[in-house]
Amino acid sequence: MEALYLLVPLSVLLVFGAIWLFFNASDTGQFDDLVGPALRVLQDDDRSGEF
Amino acid sequence: MPDGAAMTAAPALQSCFHCGQDVPPGSRWSVAIDGAQHAMCCPGCEAVAKAIVDLGQADYYRNRSAYAARADAEAPLPSQLALYNDDPRFAGGGEESEAILLVEGIRCAACVWLIERRLMQLDGVVSASMNVSTERLALRWHKDRIQLSAILQALRQIGYTAFPYDAVRHTEQLRKASRTLGRQLFVAGLSMMQVMMYVAPEYLAEDGTLDASMTGLMRWASLLLTLPAIVYSAQPFLRGAWASLRARTLGMDVPVALGIVAAFAGSIAATWRGRGEVYFDSVTMFIFLLLASRYLEMAARRKAATALERLQHALPASATLLSAWPAPGEGRVVPAASLARGDVIMVKPGETVAADGVIVEGRTALDFSLLTGESAPQTKSCGDEVPGGAVNASAMVLVRVERSAAESTLSGLLKLAERAGSAKPAIAQWADRSASWFVAGLLLFALASFGFWWWQDAARAWPVAIAVLVVSCPCALSLATPSALAAATDRLLGKGVLIVRPHVLETLHRATHIVFDKTGTLTTGQLAVQRADTFSAADGAQCVAIAAALEAGSAHPIARAIAAHAAQTGAPRLAATGLREVPGQGLEGQVGGTAYRIGNASHVAGIAGCLPPWRSAPDAGMSTVFLGMQGKWLACFTLSDTIREDARATLDYFASQGKHLVLLSGDREELVQRMARELKIERAEGGCLPSEKLELVQELQSRGAVVAMVGDGINDAAVLSAADVSFAMGSGSALAQVSADTVLLNGRIGAIADAARTASRTMRVIRQNLAWAVAYNIVAIPAAACGWLNPWLSGIGMAASSAVVVLNALRLRGK
Repeated sequence: MEALYLLVPLSVLLVFGAIWLFFNASDTGQFDDLVGPALRVLQDDDRSGEF
Repeated sequence: MPDGAAMTAAPALQSCFHCGQDVPPGSRWSVAIDGAQHAMCCPGCEAVAKAIVDLGQADYYRNRSAYAARADAEAPLPSQLALYNDDPRFAGGGEESEAILLVEGIRCAACVWLIERRLMQLDGVVSASMNVSTERLALRWHKDRIQLSAILQALRQIGYTAFPYDAVRHTEQLRKASRTLGRQLFVAGLSMMQVMMYVAPEYLAEDGTLDASMTGLMRWASLLLTLPAIVYSAQPFLRGAWASLRARTLGMDVPVALGIVAAFAGSIAATWRGRGEVYFDSVTMFIFLLLASRYLEMAARRKAATALERLQHALPASATLLSAWPAPGEGRVVPAASLARGDVIMVKPGETVAADGVIVEGRTALDFSLLTGESAPQTKSCGDEVPGGAVNASAMVLVRVERSAAESTLSGLLKLAERAGSAKPAIAQWADRSASWFVAGLLLFALASFGFWWWQDAARAWPVAIAVLVVSCPCALSLATPSALAAATDRLLGKGVLIVRPHVLETLHRATHIVFDKTGTLTTGQLAVQRADTFSAADGAQCVAIAAALEAGSAHPIARAIAAHAAQTGAPRLAATGLREVPGQGLEGQVGGTAYRIGNASHVAGIAGCLPPWRSAPDAGMSTVFLGMQGKWLACFTLSDTIREDARATLDYFASQGKHLVLLSGDREELVQRMARELKIERAEGGCLPSEKLELVQELQSRGAVVAMVGDGINDAAVLSAADVSFAMGSGSALAQVSADTVLLNGRIGAIADAARTASRTMRVIRQNLAWAVAYNIVAIPAAACGWLNPWLSGIGMAASSAVVVLNALRLRGK
């Protein structure tokens, strides 16, 4: 059980790390369009996929 | 020379000629005053200066001794706010001004209520109504008693920022709001999941198996993880509560924020002391669920807003562009948005001028009531400027576009669209009013239950008080009506029905009499060739071709009908020469070297000789046009107005709903009666003048009828405003649309039946929603007070009750 004294604080840090990662991703606009990128993968013409 | 002259010269490059502020580098706003271009700092100043010059008041700039009005020194306002004071977009007629503002930071129905309440407290504000779904605030105020900047300042004090509507800013704002809400939801969700993990051992462990130090560790970890949820995710509620307290009102965020803070504070104390209950799991879950239901609501709102957005881009309708002007040529109908400076457009009587411009041909009376509130039409002729949005009231004119439609001061229809849904029907106002009492009562009740349990069983006082605060849902009460109305309005917009006033659905549902106008409403208002008979040996196709050639140059409805008939039957194309029009009679001209006449019997008899070989007397309501050549009658065309395709189905629907149908028309009596028989309308009156129509409708109303009126045309404007609820055909004149409560954009009469169906379903959904919200609160609050609900169960109940209301309303959108 003593391991918990290490693991619980570690899990807290992990959550804060996840929040930090999520904010970074959100700031770079990764969640702005959740539909488009998935469709773009399917397009045959690679050139049109750039925009 | 006065100071103005000095300003004209030197500083024009650096500072705004109008207000004196710095002109941003690369600015392209400028106004020509006294023949010189002067730079402006923003479109607002540009519009003001342009308006001043357009009004012939350029002297103002020569005579002024200081730059345009700024805020007074005692109460410095953000300079941009002060600019709006002089914005001509908001200059209403008379003493009252009117504006549609876009408000940032709307979270839920609570905000709406708070904003309206706060603004109505201000002296000089006549009305303020906030539309949740579009985040727009419709404002009317006395411009002598309060400045717009003061109103904006008051809004800012309670935490909202408002701007005159601007599509780009709106999109940006929506994107930002949804991103923020998404992040808050994510943080709350993550901390909720993790906190639950730490709480689980405590729930699951049997007594005595979990030692105190381990419990302490878990609690401290939970506390740490709840912090981001409180500090970041709960912001909307805490801020909302703070703002409403500062405005000295009890907003709906108040009990929510109190619940969160009380639970969190109690848990911190328990963690610190190492004994007592902790509610970290309830707090995070409550925040998460509440945010989730707001996310749902925002998605629904955003959908409603996009429909309006789309409409706005389509709305300044279209314009007839004369591309070859001044050479003669066909007018081409183009979208008003594509008009560019220098284009010449044709504005027919009853049409709205699509963009700001100058009259280059013709003379007419223009109605500016939509723009300025001035009701008497003003005469304008060659060389006069006309603003976009003015309604042409008398004769056709040609207008050279001076500014593209996107930059034009205002388009009348745009304003209609913005007004859509910005006010609330009585039922929504009732819900809002009761919600405020509800919050006050709830706080007292929570306090009372806390006191009772403190006395009874002190350990349970906190959980019970928290549960009471958390379980109640004033939002469900307040959301019940607006969410249903937004969904219904949005759905109808998709079907081409633009609801301009808030009571439409409610009143249409109650209507007992549906009154129709004939021409342009039940009929298309366009003549069509019903029969083309040829006399003796004449060749039918040839006759049609000759008739079409003779009529090609005429804009008369009969000419258009014959041209359409020729195109339909595929008659050969011929060219006519030496055309001459005899007003009220017909036309004559040569086709292939032979002289022909087309027109009424006596006109054609002048060339064909003797009497026309009558086949039969024409039916009532039919017009006949003859074609003849030297000594010979060739053909007879029978024309009549066509009934709209969906007219019969629409009338049948209303008849099946037990509504009384009435037909009022200015047309000949026998024609009207014939159509009434054909369409099974129980009462029909022909030959009505506009005033008689009005009297008939008022007489019906005096006998207790609720009248819905459907019409088009300038002459219907009065009766449309008199009816309890009115519909104007989108193809009709803009004047009729302004007087109507609803505009049928696609000109389909069947859309009224859609509206009626949606109205009754909306009323049903609203009643269900209100009943649910009331019933939920009546059951849940006492249950919480009795201590049957713990805080986390209350959180679920509250979030679920909001979600039920929104989801139920969203049903209206489907099907």
